[in-house]
Amino acid sequence: MKIYVCVKQVPDTSGVVAVNPDGTMNRAKMPTIINPDDLNAMEAALQLKESEGATVVAVSMGPPQAMEMMRELLAMGADEAVLVSGREFGGSDTFATSQIIAGAIHHMGIGEGDLILCGRQAIDGDTAQVGPQIAEKLHLPQVTYATDIKKDGDTYTVRRALEDGYMNIQVKSPCLITCIKELNEPRYMTVAGVFEADDKPLTILDYPALKDEPLIEADTIGLKGSPTNIFKSFNPPVKGQGEMIPGTEKEMAAALAEKLSAKHVI
Amino acid sequence: MAEYNSSLIEEFSDIWVFCEQRDGKLMPTDYELISEGRKLADQRGSKLVGLLLGGEGIEKAAGELGGYGADKIIVCEDPALAVYTNEAYTNVVCDIVMERKPEVLLIGASNIGRDLGPRCAARLHTGLTADCTHLDIDMNTYVDFLDKNSNVDVANTDFKMDDVNMKMTRPAFGGHLMATIICPRFRPCMATVRPGVLKKADFDQAKADACEVEVVRPAINAADIHEKVLEVVKEAKEVVDLIGADVVVSIGNGASKDVETAKKLAQELADALGGGVVGSSRALVDAGLMDADRQVGQTGKTVHPKVYVALGISGAIQHKAGMQNSELIIAVNKNETEPIFEVADYGLVGDLFKVVPEMIEAIKAVK
Repeated sequence: MKIYVCVKQVPDTSGVVAVNPDGTMNRAKMPTIINPDDLNAMEAALQLKESEGATVVAVSMGPPQAMEMMRELLAMGADEAVLVSGREFGGSDTFATSQIIAGAIHHMGIGEGDLILCGRQAIDGDTAQVGPQIAEKLHLPQVTYATDIKKDGDTYTVRRALEDGYMNIQVKSPCLITCIKELNEPRYMTVAGVFEADDKPLTILDYPALKDEPLIEADTIGLKGSPTNIFKSFNPPVKGQGEMIPGTEKEMAAALAEKLSAKHVI
Repeated sequence: MAEYNSSLIEEFSDIWVFCEQRDGKLMPTDYELISEGRKLADQRGSKLVGLLLGGEGIEKAAGELGGYGADKIIVCEDPALAVYTNEAYTNVVCDIVMERKPEVLLIGASNIGRDLGPRCAARLHTGLTADCTHLDIDMNTYVDFLDKNSNVDVANTDFKMDDVNMKMTRPAFGGHLMATIICPRFRPCMATVRPGVLKKADFDQAKADACEVEVVRPAINAADIHEKVLEVVKEAKEVVDLIGADVVVSIGNGASKDVETAKKLAQELADALGGGVVGSSRALVDAGLMDADRQVGQTGKTVHPKVYVALGISGAIQHKAGMQNSELIIAVNKNETEPIFEVADYGLVGDLFKVVPEMIEAIKAVK
């Protein structure tokens, strides 16, 4: 069994955000992390490997700097890491990205009993689109928002979170499952893992390596192959500073109540 | 069926809304999307069509959607559509889109909409913009929106006024920036829309009566469906209607030393303000101290109550993305330099555990 785990290196948007003069995010100045949901996908793959035996392949698309993240994933326990990287792939939206990653997975081979695990969504885009779109391109069934995965032979029973509860879905491999943080607690890499990682295969797949894949066509990848374009990006206007109410707790509360009453809020 | 080619954009017309049902009941987002779809259809001078998939008898639920502005509802009825499965729904939606060629397809950004939308967009070879918070077709309307809601110098920017691409606006980079996305070369132009962001129109019985309902019986081949739903479980958890509440009082890190007391105070304050619900910042949810369904913000819910009170919340951009459109914002925080005060109409510097009881008392005294 081969398990592909799709991961993305993302800027850490939870901390301080560096902004360019034109208002766009300055990615180069921000620390990068492995996308949190993707770590849950990796943990799920490693648990399946421990219980059932599997080869875990971490797959990412990104600039050469993402090699550092790929080494971390090998140190966590992945058996192989593959970085899809090339200028031709730059500027891809979710449609083009899934086209390329699906092409790369098809290139490496996916067959009976294999599995693709993804995080639900990346924190820099929050779209949750690449997982389902990879599944569509590879004609595989998908289950998203997994909070529990049980394997019995080639059948997976997945608990899929809904806003008002959950559903249990049975699906046969090969299939694609997207994972959320409720699924598990991702492990940390160990010192031994870091040493072992040096001997594991770490490959770059560039455009020449993938160009014969049917999914990789000039008009379906990169900026040119992306159906969506950014029309405009902007900052919300700065709201006029409100009123700070001075005084002791009692005075502040009384003054606020007067103001709310004057505005007929209460 | 004529051959489908998503790049022949002039062949596509009408605004479509995918209407989600669970247990045969329409979702609240359906009304919001139909109401918004009406505005878009008027801007474009085209028809608004709802697409409703469900089991036997689901057509009974369809007429109500007309009351919010739909000209027509296409109902796809089959026992296999009673409960959502990705494959059956994708097949039915894509088949009818390829046959009828709508120009726009809107889907609610629920866990189901976000499962269905991307798969359909990939099959239909078109673009999908996730989690939109604002939509325009008419360029005048869009420029007006930018003028009121952005730092863009509209007067000194060139806009192509006859552009009829749907302009889809959403928070980007974790809510640090807003982006407007277009899909100029392919149709349908697809968007998922955040629940609770767009306003529902008033129900109009005359419009509901005038709405055309067409029932389609799609051909569903059991061999195409590889996923089996074993059970659907509704969790008997307290339902928190953050989105519909008039008053939301949220607690954040400042409450972490005694969340139970803070929660009680927050609820009492909401009650004093006329009744409302308690929300939470992401920090308390991540720490396991508050339920995820109470989370306000970019990764939680977007609220626009009449009164929003932030207690002990610093006001990270993620949080602001979910509450800054509230009509009136009151912030209480120990630290006067926290960014929450930048969006607050009234700021009170102090310990929430001391300030809130005084607020409750003062409000009760004035009422």
